[in-house]
Amino acid sequence: MKKLKEFVIESLIFLSGIAAIIFVFLIFLFLLKEGFALFRTVTIFEFLGGKNWYPISEPPHFGILPLILGSILVTLGATLISVPIGISSAIYIAEVTHPRIKELLKVIIELLAAIPSVVLGFIGMVTLAPLIKSIFNLPTGLTALSGSVMLAFMAMPTIVSIAEDALYAVPKSYKEGAIALGATHWQTIYRVIVPAASSGILASIMLGIGRVIGETMAVMMITGNAARIPQSILQPVRTLTATIAAEMGETVVGSEHYFALFAIGIVLFLISLAINVTADLFLHRKR
Amino acid sequence: MNPRKTEKFAFSVLFLTTLLVVIPVGLVVAIIVKKGLPAISWEFLTSVPRSGMKAGGIFPAIVGTLLLVMGAIVFSLPIGVFSAIYLSEYSRDNFLTRMIKLAIVNLAGVPSVVYGLFGLALFVVFLRFGASIISGSLTLGIMVLPLIITASREAMESVPQLFREVSLSLGLTKWQTIRRIVLPNALPGILTGTILGIGRAAGETAPILFTVAAFYLPRLPRSIFDQAMALPYHLYVISTQVPGVDEKIRYGTALVLLILVLVVNLFAIFIRINLRRRKKW
Repeated sequence: MKKLKEFVIESLIFLSGIAAIIFVFLIFLFLLKEGFALFRTVTIFEFLGGKNWYPISEPPHFGILPLILGSILVTLGATLISVPIGISSAIYIAEVTHPRIKELLKVIIELLAAIPSVVLGFIGMVTLAPLIKSIFNLPTGLTALSGSVMLAFMAMPTIVSIAEDALYAVPKSYKEGAIALGATHWQTIYRVIVPAASSGILASIMLGIGRVIGETMAVMMITGNAARIPQSILQPVRTLTATIAAEMGETVVGSEHYFALFAIGIVLFLISLAINVTADLFLHRKR
Repeated sequence: MNPRKTEKFAFSVLFLTTLLVVIPVGLVVAIIVKKGLPAISWEFLTSVPRSGMKAGGIFPAIVGTLLLVMGAIVFSLPIGVFSAIYLSEYSRDNFLTRMIKLAIVNLAGVPSVVYGLFGLALFVVFLRFGASIISGSLTLGIMVLPLIITASREAMESVPQLFREVSLSLGLTKWQTIRRIVLPNALPGILTGTILGIGRAAGETAPILFTVAAFYLPRLPRSIFDQAMALPYHLYVISTQVPGVDEKIRYGTALVLLILVLVVNLFAIFIRINLRRRKKW
């Protein structure tokens, strides 16, 4: 009886153990199931390379190039802002500051990670967008730039905490060796510690980018939602994620538009898969 | 420049960039608290929205969010803890384990709106649950699973091997050892992961957009197969979809959501700090 009970429990444990694999597989399966139907009527090239996203015009156009470019533009902007600032604060937190202040800074950054994206989107709408509108004298503040700034802010917790972990994990003997040879603390940081932590820092950047590409609500609320090929960072754009979130509510299950939004989901899923697998390789690279 | 001066300069730059990250966090919280606080009243928290959400309170949205979060945790906590038990107590260093860990990383990285699509395809359409609390809870539950697994696994792995050996040598079975020795010692860590999962599930909007959320439903849900309002979606709706909602109501809603999420997270941080102080080994 006891044996049987243990057997049942251990089977449950094993089943839960592989649950993560099952769910990743299920997610991909259901995205494919609903998204692949689009390619009965639209070719993959028309879908990925088409310049027009007019899902409800007659005939509809399902070209997601403007959305891909929108996502790339916003992500690029966010990366350019968040990487230098994020890495440098990670260095400050890991190496320079006093241990007590370090704890406090880490708590603040954790709280930033906890703020819901819809709250940040709302705050961006009422503070950041008007600011950008008046600085650049634009007709609207809901632009790619506003999205980039907001997303840079949202990527900070990912970049800072993972880079900080990587810097902190550098063996103390490296640092002691450099200091013993007469290097200053700063020379030790940028000649020894940062290079030694480089694969972890790279992983932090990749995961930060992953966070930015996948972000939905804030970006939908402050980038202006114009599905056109962007000409400048001061124009409204539409990202892949925002398109799904904004349009799915109005589609009919089983329509071409519904399939097309799932096909965008496949694209996003594959991007996040590629980013996470690569980042994981960097994180587990043997030193 | 001499090395000492370079160092001073470099450290000041590092300090300034850190301020650039930290100060906006304070500003965001301060603005929402300052502008949202006047909206908060007993009536705002406990009455239903009226006149197309331009007046009244947010009670159904609060209840909806609490139900969704509860459902998500009921689903993901057992699976998450069992999965962590597998990884920490049973798995060997082989291909399967490597794949499980990679799957967890990927699950954590899937964009939230893709979870929404998945929930729509599987729970709403395929399993015919419709847009309902159960569809939303299950979607959110899968989304917070990696958080719970990772935190629980770390907590279990930090229980010293010696504890297990003593227990096994006293004749307890492996499962008894896990239940009586490993789990109790890992409890604070599991709790922290669960609380972080609660915070995450409470704040997410994209996964519930098409799986549960009701635009305007000024009553409480009747069953788990009913639609419901939810705080994050409500904030999205009143700040972008409905023109002319009083700013006070928007800030008030944002504040309630923010307080809910921050209190939950501070609680988790508190448990963790306490745990580090009291560690017996």
